[in-house]
Amino acid sequence: MKARLVARLDNMSGNSSADGPQDSQIVVPGDNLGQFGRFEAGHGVLIKNNTLLATKNGKLMIDDNVLSIEPLHTTYTPRPSDLVIGYVEGCTNNIWFIDIGAPFNAILPMSLGPSKASFGSTRQVLDIGEAILCRVQEVEETHSSVVTMKGMGLRKISTGSIDEIDPHLIGNLSKNNNKLLREIKEESDCRIITTHNGRIWIDGDVSGIIKARNKLKNLSKNYNLLTDGGNE
Amino acid sequence: MGGYGDIQMIDENGLRMDGRTATQVRPITIETGVVPVADGSCRMTWGTNDVIVAIYGPMEAHPRKIQRQDRAVLDVRYNMAPFSTSDRIRPGFNRRSREISKVTADALESVVLLELYPRSKIRVEIEVLCAEAGTRCVGLTAASVALADAGIPMSDLVVSVASGKVNDVVVCDLNKEEDNYGEADLPMGVLPNSGELVFLQMDGDLSPEEFQTAWDYNIQAASEIHKIMVESLRKGGVD
Repeated sequence: MKARLVARLDNMSGNSSADGPQDSQIVVPGDNLGQFGRFEAGHGVLIKNNTLLATKNGKLMIDDNVLSIEPLHTTYTPRPSDLVIGYVEGCTNNIWFIDIGAPFNAILPMSLGPSKASFGSTRQVLDIGEAILCRVQEVEETHSSVVTMKGMGLRKISTGSIDEIDPHLIGNLSKNNNKLLREIKEESDCRIITTHNGRIWIDGDVSGIIKARNKLKNLSKNYNLLTDGGNE
Repeated sequence: MGGYGDIQMIDENGLRMDGRTATQVRPITIETGVVPVADGSCRMTWGTNDVIVAIYGPMEAHPRKIQRQDRAVLDVRYNMAPFSTSDRIRPGFNRRSREISKVTADALESVVLLELYPRSKIRVEIEVLCAEAGTRCVGLTAASVALADAGIPMSDLVVSVASGKVNDVVVCDLNKEEDNYGEADLPMGVLPNSGELVFLQMDGDLSPEEFQTAWDYNIQAASEIHKIMVESLRKGGVD
């Protein structure tokens, strides 16, 4: 449907961009972030009629005159070499379909699988519903991706628990030399592996897992703590 | 829209049956993140209307025939709960819900940057828990907040509001009686930052002057509602 201009209500929301965009301010889609030229458009910013517009709900970041938005909520977009945790969603005679939390399922060909499986025996090696630690090998233009389990540490996950936080917050967990992650590991005495798709594998005894999960849940809720790298 | 203008719904001081003036909007609250399993969600109360919207996706579009190679498709499903009105509604899709789902999808398509997710689908589930009047406007407004909450890139939010004619007077944001027994109804969807129109329907007859007044009331109300939407999104996720 094509939109039609009916009124010029630039200050409808009462927000003025006269002072210019401010670092760390929360923006919502449609917010006017100023004129293009003074700033450049980064992630989550759209140039329309020479004006910079926010396209996502999140925190505005200004870095070297580049405006970008760190969203409050995201979906995972796979990139080659990302370490991810996926769930087996289905399989054919020689391919597994893996849910990696992205818009499209990834495929895991038998040749990149965990062990030597014969044609037709994919389900004996990895059954539907099982979790795997794998790496994104390639992403096609059509957003389909191929994952691999050939590599150091890549395996089927059969112990512990898998928790999930927003993918963009994963980077913040490892800020300041893994400060937050180390704290959680020490407190819970668990082995914790974070992956790019926001899934976290916590392995240890049950009480430790519960402790780690609660801590992660709190951090995810208190977005401020996580985005500041636990400095507060 | 009964069209029976013999019921007096506006007093001599210009006040309506619920005590509002002609331009006043019913009280609105918006809360985001109300459905934890969804990618984004929103609960909006508008007067007695109570609507929950949940967003899922972007995800692979199924069946494959609905896939678009260059963009995502919006799968909007508007549904009224059987208990949402005093007369029980038969569960399931009907002609009215199909129409509202379609116009809501059309309105949202103009703001969601669908070209970023080729071959995918974004599911928008609008569930009306309590209906008074203007549920399509509440559904559309809440859906745009929920999409923003889900982190779906959009060029603007959509604000939808309806004005109409009651006892030959144009009033903003019709309540149940005004909707049932009024003479006309003009729901509109506006992009508050650019001032573009993405949705317009009209039921009943309005003269050009009345149409202009209803239009102006809607634009004015949209700015008020937009403030509430922005506030709720700013609050969401940040303590």
